Amino acid sequence: MAADKAHGTQSVGVDIPWDAVLDWGLALASSGLILSGVFFVLAGALGVLRMPDFFTRMHAAGMTDTLGAEFILFGLILQTGFSQMTLKLLLVAFFLFLTSPTATHAIANAALKSGLKPQLGTYKAPDLSQIEGSSNEADSDKAGGH
Amino acid sequence: MVRFAVVLSIIMSLYWLTLSFYFEPLIMGFGVASVLFTVGLCYRMRILDAETVPYLHMPTTLAYFRWLFVEVVKANFAVVKAVLRPDMEISPTLLTVPTPQTSDIGKTMFANSITLTPGTVSMDIGEDGILVHALLSEMANADDFKEMGERSGWSVGEETSL
Repeated sequence: MAADKAHGTQSVGVDIPWDAVLDWGLALASSGLILSGVFFVLAGALGVLRMPDFFTRMHAAGMTDTLGAEFILFGLILQTGFSQMTLKLLLVAFFLFLTSPTATHAIANAALKSGLKPQLGTYKAPDLSQIEGSSNEADSDKAGGH
Repeated sequence: MVRFAVVLSIIMSLYWLTLSFYFEPLIMGFGVASVLFTVGLCYRMRILDAETVPYLHMPTTLAYFRWLFVEVVKANFAVVKAVLRPDMEISPTLLTVPTPQTSDIGKTMFANSITLTPGTVSMDIGEDGILVHALLSEMANADDFKEMGERSGWSVGEETSL
C-alpha cells in the first residue's frame, strides 16, 4: 500500500490498477452469467412442478437444458481464463447444444408413440384463494379422497 | 471417399489433442493409432459420407448456431414469463410444420432447432412435415418457422432462397 501511494504521488494522471479492474470485471461477468444460469435452472424446475401434463413439462425442462446449462458453462469459461480447459468447456457446450434436443425429441416421440395424448387448449393454474381451508388440507383431500 | 477420410482424420486429431493435451511421443502414438483405427472402422462400415462427416459445412453451421442461440434466448424469456406468471396461462397447441429441406441432415437440423427453442418440441417426423407441440398458441404459427427452416437447410449446405 505504501509503495502504491508513493507511486501515485509521483505520476501526474490517475493511476488505474488495470490488472485489478480486469480481475474484478471478469469475476463480475462470470458470476453474473452463472447466476443467470442458476435462475433459468430454477425456473425450469419450477415449471416442471407447475405444468399440467407431460408435454408441457418437457418445455420447462428444455429451458434447463439450453440457457441454464449454457450460461453456467460460459460463466465457467470466464472463470478459468484462456487455457485448454476453455476448449474443453466449449466442446461440452457444443455437445449439449446437439444432444439435449435429440434426447428431448426421443422422449416426446416415445410418449406419442405409446399413446399419450397431449392436453390441448387453454390451461390456467387453479386459483389459490378459491381453495377453501389451508393448502395442507387441500393436498390431503386430493391425495386421499376421504 | 478419400476427401471424407482426410477430413475425418483431421477433425478427430484436433478433437483428441483438445481432450488430451499430452505431447509425449508414446501418448501421441496412441492418439494416431486410435484415429487411424476409427477412420478404418468407418471405412469398413461404409459410412464415410457427407452424413457422417458433416464438417465440410462447418463455417455455415457455426454461423447458424450463432443465429439460433439468439432465437433460443428470446424463446427462453417467453417460457420463463409463462412459468412464473401466477395464473400460468398456457395454451398447448399441435401443428404440422412443412419441411422444405432436401437432405436428411437438413431435416434433422430443423427438427433439432425446433426442439432446442423452448416452447416448441418436435414430436414426430412424417412425409408431410414435423409434428410440433407448442406451449403457447402464439408460438404455433407455421409461417414463423419458415426462416428457421431455410436457415437450417442453408447451414448444412443446401441451396435455398436465402
